Order: sequence, then C-alpha cells, then structure tokens
Amino acid sequence: MRLPRILMLLAGILMMTLFIWPMWKITLLAPQYPDGVQMHIHINKIGGSTPGTLQNVNILNHYIGMKKILPESIPELKYMPPIVIFFILTAFLIAWLDKKWMYWTWTISLIIILSIGLYDFYLWEYDYGHSLDPKAPMKFEGESFQPPLIGRKEIINFTAISMPHIAGYFLGIATFFGIAATYLKSKKSKLST
Amino acid sequence: MKKQFKYLPVALFIVAIIGIFFFGCNTSQQSTSGALDNDAASAVYVAPGEHDEFYGFFSGGFSGQVSVYGLPSGRLLKVIPVFSQDAEKGYGYNEETKPMLNTNFGFIPWDDAHHPELSQTNGETDGRWLFINGNNTPRVAKIDLTTFETTEIIEIPNSGGNHSSPFTTENTEYIVAGTRFSVPYPQQDVAIDSYKENFKGMLTFISVSDEGHMEIAFQVLLPAFDYDLAHSGKGKSHGWTFFTTYNTEESHTLMEVNASQNDKDFIAAINWKKAEEYIKAGKYKEMPAEHHINTYDEKSHVATSKLQKTVKVLTPEDCPGLVYFMPTPKSPHGVDVDPSGEYIIGNGKLSADLTVHSFTNMLSAIENEEYETTISGIPVLKYEKVIGGVVKKPGLGPLHTEFDNEGNAYTTFFISSEVVKWKLGTWEVLDRIPTYYSVGHLMIPGGDSRKPDGKYMVALNKITKDRYLPTGPEMNHSAQLYDISGDKMKLLLDFPTIGEPHYAQGIAASKIKTKSKKFYPIEENEHPHKALGEKHTKVVRDGNVVRIYMTSIRSHFSPDNIEGIKVGDKVYVHLTNLEQDFDVPHGLAIMGARNAELLVMPGQTETMYWEPQKEGVFPFYCTDFCSALHQEMQGYIRVSPKGSNVPLKWSMGLPDEEEGE
Repeated sequence: MRLPRILMLLAGILMMTLFIWPMWKITLLAPQYPDGVQMHIHINKIGGSTPGTLQNVNILNHYIGMKKILPESIPELKYMPPIVIFFILTAFLIAWLDKKWMYWTWTISLIIILSIGLYDFYLWEYDYGHSLDPKAPMKFEGESFQPPLIGRKEIINFTAISMPHIAGYFLGIATFFGIAATYLKSKKSKLST
Repeated sequence: MKKQFKYLPVALFIVAIIGIFFFGCNTSQQSTSGALDNDAASAVYVAPGEHDEFYGFFSGGFSGQVSVYGLPSGRLLKVIPVFSQDAEKGYGYNEETKPMLNTNFGFIPWDDAHHPELSQTNGETDGRWLFINGNNTPRVAKIDLTTFETTEIIEIPNSGGNHSSPFTTENTEYIVAGTRFSVPYPQQDVAIDSYKENFKGMLTFISVSDEGHMEIAFQVLLPAFDYDLAHSGKGKSHGWTFFTTYNTEESHTLMEVNASQNDKDFIAAINWKKAEEYIKAGKYKEMPAEHHINTYDEKSHVATSKLQKTVKVLTPEDCPGLVYFMPTPKSPHGVDVDPSGEYIIGNGKLSADLTVHSFTNMLSAIENEEYETTISGIPVLKYEKVIGGVVKKPGLGPLHTEFDNEGNAYTTFFISSEVVKWKLGTWEVLDRIPTYYSVGHLMIPGGDSRKPDGKYMVALNKITKDRYLPTGPEMNHSAQLYDISGDKMKLLLDFPTIGEPHYAQGIAASKIKTKSKKFYPIEENEHPHKALGEKHTKVVRDGNVVRIYMTSIRSHFSPDNIEGIKVGDKVYVHLTNLEQDFDVPHGLAIMGARNAELLVMPGQTETMYWEPQKEGVFPFYCTDFCSALHQEMQGYIRVSPKGSNVPLKWSMGLPDEEEGE
C-alpha cells in the first residue's frame, strides 16, 4: 500500500508553503479603517496586507503604550525556519524509507512542536497585551489589550480577529496527513504481522 | 346704445388680466410639477458611502485651478492647484513646487485656466492625464490622474493668450495651443497701429510622450487673426486639427465693433500629418523662442524648471497643403467635431444659424482646388463647397457643441440661455431646455471624443444671479446637470462651482478610481533632503543657511525642540512624512513664518523656507488633524539674536526616551 508514503510526501510539500504565504493573520477592524488593518505572521517575518501595515499597527499600539513589534527582536522568526525545513526533509525521508517508527516519531514531534508554537504565540500576545508603558498617553483601567489566540475579541474601539492564514491551513492539513499516514501505516503493519 | 359700450374697454381689460393670471399660473405649475414627476432627487442621489458614476473635471477659470466633482451628485471631491498658488496645500509656496510656476517672466502666482482635456487612446478618454491651458501667460499643464497632482507645465512662446488649447488628438500624439491674441512676431517694441505688418498668430503643436512628457513639436505661423477655439479631427478626420478665428479684420482697438464686421471669419484646418512630413524634410525655421518646461518628479517630489531656447516654425507659404481656411459665418467660437469625424461644427456666435462643415466636402474642395482666394499662401476654400449642412435658427449666440452616442448634437446658446438638441445629418431641432443663466461650454462625458457617454449633460454657466442664497455681490458660478438619456432633456441638479467652470471633462469613474494612488512608497523617496527615519533627522548650518531635516509620524515631529537658529538665518525645514497609510498627511506651520503651511503626503518630503524675523521661542505644529494626539503634535524653535553663540541643538523626547527609530 503506497498511500501513507504519498500522504507523507504531500505533508512535506504542503509545509513548503510556509515559505510562500503567511501562516497567521490578525485583522483589526474599526470604522475609520474600511479595509481593516491586516497583520500577517510568516514563518520568518511579520508583515501585512500593505508594506506599511506593521508601522501602522505600531502607531496604533503606541497610544496605549504597547511595546513596538520589532521582527528583529523576535528570536522565533529565526529558529522556526530551520525546524520547518527539518520536518520537510524528514517527511520526504520517511516517504522514501517507509518505517513505522519514523511515522510515529515525526507526527508526535510535529504535534508537540505545534503545541509549543501556539503556547509561545499566546505568551507573546500576553506580553504585548499586558506589559504596557506606564507613560502611555491613553490608559484604560482593567482593559486587556491581549489579542485572541484564535477567534474574535473587542479591544476598545477595534474588533481584533486572529485566524490561521493560507500556509497555516496547509500546515494543518499537513499535520492531518501525518496522522492519517501514521494510522494507515500502523494498520497495514498490524495486518501484515 | 352708446352707454352700453362705454364699459367695454374696461371689461376687455379685466378679461385680459384674468387671462394673463391663469396663463402665468399654468406655466409655473408646469415647471415645478415637471421636476417632481421625474423624481430628479433620486436620479442624483448617491447614498452615503457610495461612489459617483463619473468624475467631472471642471476648470476653475480665473481661479487658475481644476476642481473635481462626482457626477451625478455634484459633490466636490478635490481642488487641484494648477496655475495658482494654493496656500491650503502649500502649492507654489513650498520650495518643491515653486518652479512649477516659473516662466520667462519669472515666478507668476496665477493664471486663467480654461479648457480641461482628458488624454485619449483611439479617440476614447483613457484616464491617464488631464491637460489644461493657462490663458493669460500662455501655458499648458498636465495633471497626473493617479495622484491628481499637476506634474508638468509647459510655456508657449510666440503666443499672446493661450485660448484655443489643449484639445488633444485621437491618441494624444499632440495637444494644441492657438493664440487668442496675435502679438508681434518676434515679440518686440513696435507701434500698436503697426498691427497689420508686425503682428502674427501662432498655432502650437505640443507632442506628448508615452510617459506624458510635453515638448513643443512645431509651430505654424499664421495671419494676425484671433484664434479662438480648436478641436482635433477623429476617425476619418484624424490627422487634422481645426481652429476657429475671429478678428479676421485684423483690428487692434474697439474690438467688439471692429472685429465683428466681416460676414464670415474662418475655421483654419491644419493637416498635422503633413506638418510632420515638412518637419522631417527640414522645411522649418529654427527660431529663438525661450520657454520653460517645469516638471514635477514623483520620486524626488521636486519640480525643476528647464529653459528651452528655440522652436521649429512652419510657414504656410513654404508648406503647401498644410493649412486651409473654411469660411464660417460671424465670429465662430467653438469648433466641434462629431464622433464620426465627418462634421465640423462652427458655432458662429453672432450668426442666426449654426454652420456645419463636412470633412468629405473639405477634402474634395481641396482636391478640386475650389479656392475663393489665398491669404498669405493659405487657400480659402469656397464656402458652398465645404458646407455640410445648416441648423436653421436654433437659438441666439451659439457657442459650443457636444455629442451623444446616438447621432445627436447639443449646442449651447449664450444669449438665449439654453441648450438645443439637434440631429446630425437632418439638422432638425429636437428639443430645447433653459439654463440658469447664460451657458458657455457644456459637457457630456466623452462628449468631444469618439465614444460619448450620453447619459448626462452639464451646462457650465457664466451668470448665477438668484440661483442660490445670496452671498453679496460675488457668487460662485452655477452649473446644471441634465439627464439626456431620453428624447427630452431633463434638469436634475443645480450646483455652484469654484471660480468659473469654464469647460469640463467627464469620464467613467471606473477608468480612474482603481489607479488612484493611496500614498507614496517611502523607499522610493529620492528627495535630496529626505530623512527616512527619526535616526536621520538633524540640523545643519552652513554660514547663515540652516537646514532642518525633520520627520513626522503620529503624533510627533522629530526633532521637536530646536535651538541655535538666529535672526536673519535662511532656514529650510525639510519635512518627511514617515507615514505609510492612506489619508494620513501631516501639516507644518511655524509661527511668524511669512509663508504658507506645508501639507506633506505619506512618504513625501516638502520644504518650507523661513527667515526668522524676531528673537524668541516660537511654536510649530501639525495643521492636519492626524490622530487622537494631533493637538500634542507640536514643538518649539528658539531664535536667538544675530551673532549670538547659542549652539545648534535639536532633540525629541527626554534623554531616556529616545525612540531611536
């Protein structure tokens, strides 16, 4: 049965989209921003729907004393790409070697890495939302500026929506393929023994 | 018996009064209910947040500017500064745009802007540029329709009033510039009554490159008539441009009488393709004619004024087949070519009829040499051989004609204050409708192109009187919007305009709005004194010239505390707007600066020149409400006495707060 190997191969290919499209997007909506402010999080950089988006987000954030989002000061953007490349290469390797333990190891470690990644993203959001400059021009008692991990939240005059973006969905499908490949491989091994 | 008839005259008088009363009521009722029945209000209603169907570019006439309206709503969208300084936008006040208004006579802060003209491709408006003529000190300007900014102004030499301009050819190969007032050629100190021997009329063809750069390709030297208006041929008549003339009497005084004597004046037909051949063949004279080309560079955000020294002049005597005169009754004003290019309408403003020449007839008259006479080497074609038709007694004082896409023409009548719709070919009058008051030009979107959009027509009036709430002796001029989609023209809207809405052009919004720029990418900024980030801000002194490299971003200037400036310094404040978002300009005003404000678009750098007059500490601030902390967007400049030794110092924020961006 070739299906698990094909799924692994596809999982590797899908993960390559992380270097093309953003994996996450945070959209800020307010009446005077008819197009919305759309911040894009890539595997290796932070950008947006326009070249000026990050600057515009930082301008908005400075009123409430939120720290500047400076991509060069976020180490994750540097060490995430090699990790992803490692997973892509090992996916191809597994598709070639087709060993059951490899399927298990790959899928479980990917799920662990993804969980750590999401938790790390939450920590960053918590930090941005709570470590506010006491000299900020605008202060709101008891208001949290932490964006949602996933979903929608009202933050003062903005509606913030945090959702996976193109490559994020592909990463999700890749993970699903990994799980499916592992399951099929295990079933197949059981049958053959 | 006699007694019985005694009261008859009285009875008749009473009946007459009653009759007049009823008649009067009746007509007034008709006019009000007419507008209500047709539901004019909903026809021009553009709901909040929605966009108009057309852009209307209205000349500002003696305001020297162009105003942009949405149609059918009549909402004012923008005023584009062109030939006049505009303190609101700093145009002509900041160092970058001052060169735009440079001429042979030096800096001129005003002109009279008459005819906007959209660029065309295959005879259709294409939404790339808008051209407009400056009448007083002859010039033509080009507005870029991605930024809605004036990006080039070219001076027209050997001209004395650039009225028959710019009127593009079918692919914007050329725009033209005919002189309304003939002047000595070459310009010199001569007696005015030597008019007939020393004065000449010059027609100019300006080439437009693919990038929109204008240059004078050639000029055609003609008799000292007044060249009033023009239109270029299209379709079959592509390759020709037609100019109306008045004052073929060649008078120079009391013109209202002396220039109105000849029964017929001329429409000059210029074969510009022939002109190109003569230029190639070297049949021109290279004449000294200093003129400036002022170009605004979108990357450096700086205008430069370049002096050109000569022009190529063609003379009809040396160039047979270049120019023909078509006799046209009584001082024709507008000359308008129908969408097919066959009919050339001469709007004889003092004539009772409307004269229509046929291009086909013109060509055969030329071929058969049907000449009445020859003036300065220019054949005058026989009137009856070129005429294509006459619209009989359509109204009084015809000035201009535009067209719809169904073979109808619409002509304005200044004296009878109306627009008359008539049929091309049958010359019958179909409808007429009053204007308020005394209409000059009219505009149908694409109405002077090969593809008119015959939905709306705008009457551009000269007189306002009682149309709106009174505002003292001076009032904005009025314009009216009509629905022309049916058999009968319908008045929809009446709205005031800026300056004089001399002429206008309309274009489907879809041809422009998607190309409209939102801001200038800051990485493309090539200004010689830019500061692309707060790290690069500084103050530099060189003798008594001080340059302040300043930035703005919501909501602070950097630097915002400056010391070490002295009375008598020549200070240049170079402000770079670091924003990269749509609609976030920052302004700059300095107390006591004898100058206008700066209004800097995101990604742009602009410079204010300031000579501090007095010592003290002077505030400066942002003038364009930019954010919730706009009111805090302010700073101070300390001015010390001449010769003081206060060191040059600049900063933003307390020492531990440096943002270091």
